[in-house]
Amino acid sequence: MASASYVETQSRPAAFWGLLAAGGLFMLAAFAAFLHFEHSGHAVTGMDNQIVWGIPHVFAVFLIVAASGVLNVASIGSVFGKPIYKARAPLSGLLALAMMAGGLAVLAADLGRPDRLIVAMTHFNFKSIFALNMMFYSGFFAIVAAYLVTMMDRSLNGYSKIVGFLAFFWRLALTTATGSIFGFLIARTAYGSALMAPMFIIYSFAYGLAAFLIVQGSMYAWNGLTLDARILARMKNLLAVFVGAALYFTAVMHLTSLYFAKQTDYERFLLLDGGTYTAAFWLGQVVVGGILPLALIFAPGATQTRVIAASVLVVLGGLAQMFVTIVGGQAFPLEIFPGYAVSSTFQDGIVNSYSPVLGEFALGFGGIALAFLITVVAVRVLRFLPQDDFAALKAED
Amino acid sequence: MSERNDDRRKFLAAAAAGAGFVAIAPGIRLVEIAAAKPDSEPVTAKVRWGMLIDTTRCQSGCTECISACNKENHLGETTRPRTDAQWIRKIDLKELKTGRVLSLPMMCQHCANPPCVDVCPTGASFKRADGIVLVDRHICIGCRYCMMACPYKARSFVHEPHTDQNPEVPRGQGCVEGCTLCVHRVDRGGTPACVEACAAAGHNAMLFGDLNDPESAIAKRVREVKTTQVRADLKLDLGVRYEGI
Repeated sequence: MASASYVETQSRPAAFWGLLAAGGLFMLAAFAAFLHFEHSGHAVTGMDNQIVWGIPHVFAVFLIVAASGVLNVASIGSVFGKPIYKARAPLSGLLALAMMAGGLAVLAADLGRPDRLIVAMTHFNFKSIFALNMMFYSGFFAIVAAYLVTMMDRSLNGYSKIVGFLAFFWRLALTTATGSIFGFLIARTAYGSALMAPMFIIYSFAYGLAAFLIVQGSMYAWNGLTLDARILARMKNLLAVFVGAALYFTAVMHLTSLYFAKQTDYERFLLLDGGTYTAAFWLGQVVVGGILPLALIFAPGATQTRVIAASVLVVLGGLAQMFVTIVGGQAFPLEIFPGYAVSSTFQDGIVNSYSPVLGEFALGFGGIALAFLITVVAVRVLRFLPQDDFAALKAED
Repeated sequence: MSERNDDRRKFLAAAAAGAGFVAIAPGIRLVEIAAAKPDSEPVTAKVRWGMLIDTTRCQSGCTECISACNKENHLGETTRPRTDAQWIRKIDLKELKTGRVLSLPMMCQHCANPPCVDVCPTGASFKRADGIVLVDRHICIGCRYCMMACPYKARSFVHEPHTDQNPEVPRGQGCVEGCTLCVHRVDRGGTPACVEACAAAGHNAMLFGDLNDPESAIAKRVREVKTTQVRADLKLDLGVRYEGI
């Protein structure tokens, strides 16, 4: 039985410690930024009373959305019974936990009162989609951890399918809730759309699979292995489908928005006159995160390196998308008096500017570093390297 | 002997309690009638505090209401407009079609269906039975979701360490806050500082009172003239109404 003989990861202790040190440095920078912000207050960040969610939220929401998406690899294996994905399910579960931890850490570090995290866990307003999200996040940890155990402990393998189902539905609900954080904001022109929830699910598919392909590629390179061409072909095509679907949802979102007269001003801002936000949308989200990866994937003779490059672009495009959605949506002036030109001491009626400080990026990269460190340590101590059953794969062909 | 004494004591106790009740009863009745409420009484939904702002009386450039609010709540003068708290602000408007100009104060509209309360994860944003929307500073975690949700930009985040507190208006770094309708004054039977200042300046553009009391000046006024709720399309049922928009 081919699956019984495991491919072991290579030791390379010096390089391993090097990775830990690199991740640790980023964590240290993030911790310094956190202490600085909490000591001096958010006045030292680029955020203010108009742009209340900035770069830390861009990274945090990206990591959370990608965390739910990366679990798809496992779901395709367990729920839909595809063997090449089943072999990747443990790694997918691990990445889901690691990225969720990274995202939540950034979110918590950016709170005005992070010392009251326990309050957030003990006081729930059940009408709040944000409170609901917190429950989904906690449940996500428990369910995915249980899923990992059922996959990795042979005596519990029998339960893995049912727990896998639960994890699949849970992650769909979780991303629906995350998208709804924006979808439920009735006041702001940029949000308040029912499309936000399904769109975030599609985004999560793309960002999650891209993150998975980057990690998988790095692990194969580390161990001097080559990913089977058939597996690479299937996974890159799946990424293309997700990236294409993300572009489709983005197009539909803006087309419906353009159709409503009250939202045309916002669309004009985002698509034409928004400066940084317009550039982040067209160049970042559409070109870097959509068109270029598709070109890299579909150009003849795709290699492992090229698929990783495409995945990195999808991740960068994803960060651009979060920036456009989160910061761009707040930059556009809130319309309190439609039909009037307004001015005040509180930046009414003007496009809000936002200049993030370095510490905000440090916090965001700290979240990625946390996910990275969890992954590096876990991959070293447990068997997460995908174990392909090539005989079965061949028989399938 | 001791039995007789016990009886007598019981009689005296009952008599004292009865006399006490007779003495207090009129007071209880009085409390029901008066709008002001002692600290021992819970807030009731019989009252709906509201404000009516007459934009035809509000002067462009006048900031009496803002200064009064800053002084009352120890917000300090705004030196950093991007991060300083502004519980009340003046907005100058110009109607695009007609060119008509007007000026008005904007603050928390004390919605009956407040989006900030809906979205608050911990329940720190809450609405009192009498319609005043407040933030519980003990359980606000500073997530700022309410600021994203408020259609009026009525909330501010405390961006810096804060000293010089008004003991009646607790504030703290890292929490979100907004107009309290000077709840500490209202509970004593007073009016918000901004309303008082506007009247003292002779403008009388702000009228405060109980919208539920048909005999109150504000209830009579909203019955007589057309008033506007800002962004009425959101159906939030505002406590603050405007005249002349």
